[in-house]
Amino acid sequence: MEYREIISEAMVNMGVNKLRTSLAALGIIIGIGSVITLVSLGQATQQQVQNQIQSLGANLLTVNPGAQRNGALRGASGGGTTLTLDDANAIKSSPQITTISNVSPELYRRTQVITGSTNTNTQVIGVTSIYPIVHKIILDSGNFISDRDTKAMAKVAVIGPQIVSDLFNGVDPIGQNIRIFGQTFVIIGVTQSKGGTGFGNQDDVIYVPLSTAQKQLFGVDYLSSVALEAKSAEVSVDAQNEVGYLLLARHKLKDPSQADFSIFSQQDILNTASATTGTFTTLLSGIAAISLLVGGIGIMNIMLVTVTERTREIGLRKALGAKKKIIISQFLIEAIILTFIGGVIGIMGGILVSYIYSVVTGSLFILSPASIMLAFAVSGGIGILFGWYPARRASNLQPIEALRYE
Amino acid sequence: MKNESIIQTTHLRKVYTTGTVEPEALQDVSININKVEFVAIMGPSGSGKSTLMHILGALDTPTSGTYILDGEEVSKLSDDELADIRNRKIGFIFQAFNLLPRTSALKNVMLPMVYGGVPKPERIERAKKFLEMVGLGDRIDHTSNQLSGGQMQRVAIARGLAMNPAILLADEPTGNIASSQAAEIMGIFQKLNEEGHTIVMITHELDIAEHANRVILIKDGKIVKDSNGHKQRKV
Repeated sequence: MEYREIISEAMVNMGVNKLRTSLAALGIIIGIGSVITLVSLGQATQQQVQNQIQSLGANLLTVNPGAQRNGALRGASGGGTTLTLDDANAIKSSPQITTISNVSPELYRRTQVITGSTNTNTQVIGVTSIYPIVHKIILDSGNFISDRDTKAMAKVAVIGPQIVSDLFNGVDPIGQNIRIFGQTFVIIGVTQSKGGTGFGNQDDVIYVPLSTAQKQLFGVDYLSSVALEAKSAEVSVDAQNEVGYLLLARHKLKDPSQADFSIFSQQDILNTASATTGTFTTLLSGIAAISLLVGGIGIMNIMLVTVTERTREIGLRKALGAKKKIIISQFLIEAIILTFIGGVIGIMGGILVSYIYSVVTGSLFILSPASIMLAFAVSGGIGILFGWYPARRASNLQPIEALRYE
Repeated sequence: MKNESIIQTTHLRKVYTTGTVEPEALQDVSININKVEFVAIMGPSGSGKSTLMHILGALDTPTSGTYILDGEEVSKLSDDELADIRNRKIGFIFQAFNLLPRTSALKNVMLPMVYGGVPKPERIERAKKFLEMVGLGDRIDHTSNQLSGGQMQRVAIARGLAMNPAILLADEPTGNIASSQAAEIMGIFQKLNEEGHTIVMITHELDIAEHANRVILIKDGKIVKDSNGHKQRKV
């Protein structure tokens, strides 16, 4: 008997028993589909978190005053007064600093702002013209704070989209007045929405010139932080060291453990976040492994049941002259076809569900070929093994025993 | 030609080795059946007639003794060789019909020819011919749930004829069908016998056995009566 004949016999048989065939295929479809979907969702989420952090600027370093002071006594980050505009200017101009391209000195305060009858509590940030470059802020309309504004201590402000919707309610805010800490500012620009990133809402802020903030508004001469842009993400560790030694020297400190400032790189945050989302992916892989196991047991069950149910058929085929090898071949081919069709549908289903999820939630769409291969191999292997094993057992029975089997 | 032997068994014994007791299902059975005989093997349940039928059908092998079917010694063959003998030399007709479910009459009749390596066009032609012979020429596409018991048994007869076997072996062929249809089946058997087919039929019903030319009675694993050549068959 030729293999072509056995294959066509297997196909005819599967076509005739549509319910049995589709139930067995369903086990494989769900087994493979769920693994692909879960792994895809996990990886998309991980990538999403990384992208959000990258959007803050992967080359970004932040110098904060106050922390690491006196070893055991750690001051709250940003709470100190040791960082000054001179420090920032020194970082910019020192010949020892070779890896920093931009320096943005900043002063933050939360305060009450008023327009007409409405008011809100928001973050006011004193900045220089370099701020939007370092922080990847794009203007929606108007202009950002210029060097002339800083030099002249102009009372101008640039507001985030959240402030526009909180205070201006559809009116074009450019040219309008806003009262900050009892003083009147003119709005000259509105920034584009950046979306919440989990590190403070960058849409709910008001930018004013640094000089104005220090001298006119809050009457201080220190900085809340200095944001630095390294020339590339690769040199950010070097940049951290260069800036650290410079500031230690300027603050006349010998021991790095005495430092009255701390430097964070965006890379540190990225690494922490990657570790977190990595845990998340491990969890999802665990769930996927369990669904693969459950799917595998499902496939095993349905294959065992269908082949056992067909013991009488095997007896009949043997009585009519089918040799053992031919019966095993037929069942094996049925299992292979079933697994292949179920596998292909499962892969397509898994991809489709992941795609729909990414469209509905607006997240990324990522497929992992490794997880597809693994799911396909495991489900396929189980399907074929448990299609073959009971068929082999049944084909070893005397035909008369198999025929009598209930 | 008429007296040429087609089944010859000598001192057949079959012992089942299950449990502590060893019931002897067949003890020293020697039968000779010639070409174009229509033989009924009768006996009460537990008499060993089913065991005999399984050995004659190459579905089982004897513990000792020899069995020559159409010139071939069958009692010592391997599983696959037995499958080949069943395919080429024996046409089975079972009590429960044993058709493939949800499969057309034509495909059922073609099945032994698939295993016998008959080319596809010839398979279809032969299957149609045999279905017409049993009066189902207009039902070749019907599946078993669209057929009556008698019709299913006629499909099974056509399937039994498919490989032009040396013998037709029927195990209680009327056991599952209405008596009016049972007579029809017996009519087909007699007609096939007249056309030159050798038929061995197992039954426990006397009025069914009477359709045969020769009745062999088995009891406790031994032949107790053989009407060889001294019987008028019922028409």
